[in-house]
Amino acid sequence: MSGSVLFDAPGPRSVVRHRLYTVITSVVLLGALGYAVVRLEQNGQFEYEKWEPFVSPVYIETILVDGVLETVKMAFSAILLAVGFGVLFGIGKLSDHGLVRWPCWAVVEFWRAVPVLLSMIFIGAYLDLSQLSHRYWAVVIALMLYNGAVLAEIFRAGVNAVPHGQVEAAYAVGMRKTQVMLAIQLPQAVKIMLPALISQCVVALKDTALGYAVLAPGLTFVARLIYNNPDFGQNQLPTVFVIAMIYIVLNLILTAIATWVQKKFVGEKKVLEVAMVGEGDPTAAAPK
Amino acid sequence: MDVVWEHREAIALAFAYTVLLFLIAGVGSTILGTLLAGMRVGPIPVLRWAGAGYVTLVRNTPLVIVIIFFRYAAPKIDLKFNFIDVVIPTGAGDIRLNNIFAACTVGLTMYTAAFVCEALRSGINAVPLGQAEAARAVGMPFGGVMRHVVLPQAFRASIPPLANVQIALIKNTTVAGALGVAEAFVRMRGLINIDATARIPIFIAFAAIFVVLVEIISFAAHRLERRVRVA
Repeated sequence: MSGSVLFDAPGPRSVVRHRLYTVITSVVLLGALGYAVVRLEQNGQFEYEKWEPFVSPVYIETILVDGVLETVKMAFSAILLAVGFGVLFGIGKLSDHGLVRWPCWAVVEFWRAVPVLLSMIFIGAYLDLSQLSHRYWAVVIALMLYNGAVLAEIFRAGVNAVPHGQVEAAYAVGMRKTQVMLAIQLPQAVKIMLPALISQCVVALKDTALGYAVLAPGLTFVARLIYNNPDFGQNQLPTVFVIAMIYIVLNLILTAIATWVQKKFVGEKKVLEVAMVGEGDPTAAAPK
Repeated sequence: MDVVWEHREAIALAFAYTVLLFLIAGVGSTILGTLLAGMRVGPIPVLRWAGAGYVTLVRNTPLVIVIIFFRYAAPKIDLKFNFIDVVIPTGAGDIRLNNIFAACTVGLTMYTAAFVCEALRSGINAVPLGQAEAARAVGMPFGGVMRHVVLPQAFRASIPPLANVQIALIKNTTVAGALGVAEAFVRMRGLINIDATARIPIFIAFAAIFVVLVEIISFAAHRLERRVRVA
């Protein structure tokens, strides 16, 4: 249902009223924006000193190399590992054998319900967090566990979304269970779940910021370096603004790719729906 | 397990913060998110753009950054929450809701509202076309269509995605811990620092409480969904 169904095509009086609303809301919004700018100006947030790191090449390089690159590296290592985790436990959840299905269900439900920060600190307890690389891996492993559990669920939904006739046809020509999964269900499921997988990349990329709690490398680390540097005169606000913009741009690019992939490979069909945590019914998970 | 049992009161206190953060931000984000959803489907283009802009910006920003904004950046332009200072005395110690708590709550609320808005919008899209058309046919204005016909049904259809948003919120409250609220995450880190050999039971205990909290929300959502389901 598009937005326009909710209200009639406006008549002459409504048009006037809507114009009035438009003017009022524009004035209010612009006023708020103007007030914010004045407020920023009064507190000296536009001083060159505060924005210096974002226009000087040395710092731009630091932001791009130690910030963006590290963050993206972290997100992609986590997603790559999570795909392995997800495929393993996703197939496990689809198993015909209760002994395999139930433990896989428990593992997936557990890591989906536990906050990433808790797992990060737990994993950090096994690593030497005084080293930068260990902090990096604490974040990556924690993100792998959480995103892997979500991907297992996406994966299961994807496999179940493959038309059942495909499986029956495969059995009819004499394929075995493993062959049906590997040759028939998986390739088609990958196509269906690709957009959901890319959307999960957005989640992983955003969650790399949680590395702030363990001082992991990446954008938050660089941000902290910059706003704790007294040379730039307490420039938390400009720093947060710039870092947020970088994240937003990265995520919008990923979202655009996901939309493109959805159109290209899946068509206009609905994006894969994934059951929420606690909708645990592994008996319904087995292929029929 | 001893270390967990020994600090049971402190752990309960920590989870009191978690639940308080969740409840306040949950109610706040539902209200703000509903307003945003109304703006996004309404007839005023400026409001539609403003709503869409807000959702796009906030949804793509990591929660940590949003809370850092309210915690460290906003005070630089005198946006402080120092007027908030509530102390709730309990047997195990005081629960102190101060400016740090307020900043984290505001951050969580603003962040979650964007997701509430999207969940509601998906619910509004699920309401059959004829419903809104019938409401308009009997002469209801936009406000009436939304209030009496579309939103009640949209809320029903969006209970599962809304529950997902609230589940994400209760897990996200741990981020407030990373920025200065003495809630569950901070307590767990503290306990592991006290006794690193007991890290597995400590982690299992905290994780189990979170699993229980998540399951409670999930269970309540299921009950609610069944109770309000129309036909």
